[in-house]
Amino acid sequence: MEEFSEKLILPDITDLHRIEVYEKNGGYSALRKALRMKPEEVVDEVKKSNLRGRGGACFPTGFKWTFMPKESDKPKYLCANGDESEPGTFKDRQIFEFNPHLFIEGALIAAYAMGIAVVYTYVRGEYAKWIDLLQRAVDDAYRKGYIGDKILGSAFSTEFTVHKGAGAYICGEESALMNSLEGERGYPRVKPPFPAQNGLWGCPTTINNIETLANVPHIISRGWEWFSKIGDSKQPGTILFGISGHVKKPGVYELPTGTLLTDIIHKHAGGVPGNKKIKAVIPGGSSTKWIRGENIEGVRMDADSLKAAGSSIGTGGIIVMDEDTDLVAVITRIAHFYHHESCGQCTPCREGCGWLEKILKRFSAGEATEGDLDLLLDVANNIEGNTICALGDAAAWPVQSFVGLFRDELERRVKKTPAPPAYVPPPHLVTSRS
Amino acid sequence: MKDPMFSDAHLQKLDALRKRYPKSKPLVLPALWMAQEQFGWISPEVMKYVAGLLDLPVSHVYGVVTFYTMFNTKPVGKYHVQVCTNVSCMLRGGDRLLAETCSRLKIRPGETTGDERITVTGVECLGSCGTAPAVQINDDYHENLSPEKLETLLNELR
Repeated sequence: MEEFSEKLILPDITDLHRIEVYEKNGGYSALRKALRMKPEEVVDEVKKSNLRGRGGACFPTGFKWTFMPKESDKPKYLCANGDESEPGTFKDRQIFEFNPHLFIEGALIAAYAMGIAVVYTYVRGEYAKWIDLLQRAVDDAYRKGYIGDKILGSAFSTEFTVHKGAGAYICGEESALMNSLEGERGYPRVKPPFPAQNGLWGCPTTINNIETLANVPHIISRGWEWFSKIGDSKQPGTILFGISGHVKKPGVYELPTGTLLTDIIHKHAGGVPGNKKIKAVIPGGSSTKWIRGENIEGVRMDADSLKAAGSSIGTGGIIVMDEDTDLVAVITRIAHFYHHESCGQCTPCREGCGWLEKILKRFSAGEATEGDLDLLLDVANNIEGNTICALGDAAAWPVQSFVGLFRDELERRVKKTPAPPAYVPPPHLVTSRS
Repeated sequence: MKDPMFSDAHLQKLDALRKRYPKSKPLVLPALWMAQEQFGWISPEVMKYVAGLLDLPVSHVYGVVTFYTMFNTKPVGKYHVQVCTNVSCMLRGGDRLLAETCSRLKIRPGETTGDERITVTGVECLGSCGTAPAVQINDDYHENLSPEKLETLLNELR
């Protein structure tokens, strides 16, 4: 694989968040270029680039855009998803802080390509500071005529609104996000109908992750062919890998897809403190399946390689656990999170996530019984695939993988009950045969 | 309690936002944020007021308020200290941070100090995994903390 060291999303340029600095570094030239192209040419360019969504599902972005009806008597909407609540994920906030205009430019190009006049950016409520930073960038872009009426003298107009969430992991799920934006409780919707037909207020809607949209200006200015050659060909480009847990230098590292997991851990994040051994790694946010420490050698951070390793790339949020970690405590904490965040619509998730937590707590406390291991797996298997949205799966996957990979850790926590005393028949039943 | 009423600035802000959405219902989260900023927490009276402003049933506003974790349905201290205890923070001492902070303040998670200055809550992932353990105090993030550092920080707030 060719070495690609350029940083596309988070380059080392001082004050890039300021619109003048962004412009000086070629900012908004991709928008100018796109506005001279036909909308379908823009969609085609993104489609051919093979850009895949960075929110966790890896769906081909350009292909998603083609689902939007070209002609529509209803308004069309773009929702940029900045809910970023998957534990282990902290990348989009870097974009809001250090390169917000790249995202804004990408969203504008997407809006132009799909004929959209209203863009909403949904950002999690906790990110109050980053919402302010983004809003400032949006105001600047309005002021300079990149957003608003007849953008840069073209016939294209669009509005851009930042919408603040209020604390709910589920609102990162695209249909829950739409409900939340509409002013409802964040309940996911049954699909179909899909958002491109029936989204916000029943109108055609596309939802894209912040990082996904931030890739678009580069594809437009430098061409799909250039982009498609970065990193892994099936999922090209760079990814903002967030690494946390037991590493010396946790943080966000922008690297091409297909980078070795061990390189991210050791070369970029400085390895494990005290040079301890790695016991387990969660490769793509808390909902992805775990990998045992001894199996991370050779694993590359792309969809295919992680699938082969029994996991998935998710949001690229890597969590490293060293040899001294109480893994049962960690999986119990994850189960608690999904129980807390289940919206409560679907019985398997609402009840099942509670059961997962309850059973795992018994293991944590050393109070589990022999049958609890099978019960744990049984509950997880009955959540997976049986719910409206993927939160149920997200709760089941880590538990399922944990039972498969660390059965010994759980078995060690089964309460050793002393063998029942031998049966001694009461005297009146004892008959003497002698 | 006196009937709640938005400040002029909030009423103007809300009016400006009306143009950005096709209906008034989507304004419920922005309006509740303004309410929490102004009143500190979302009381039943505030829910009624917001419902009236947006022409929504009070039950709907109640449903929304109670769905999201960031709306306080009871008063909180002047400083709301929200300690992340999710995985990445837990691996770097988030649990200890919550426990020690609570014991230093002689309260339990979710409680407020007697002088009504500090409320401490354990929260889910703040998206500060790379700078764990992290705490959100009101709107501001404080990262790479230890119980000692947080204590100093809280003393400075006092």
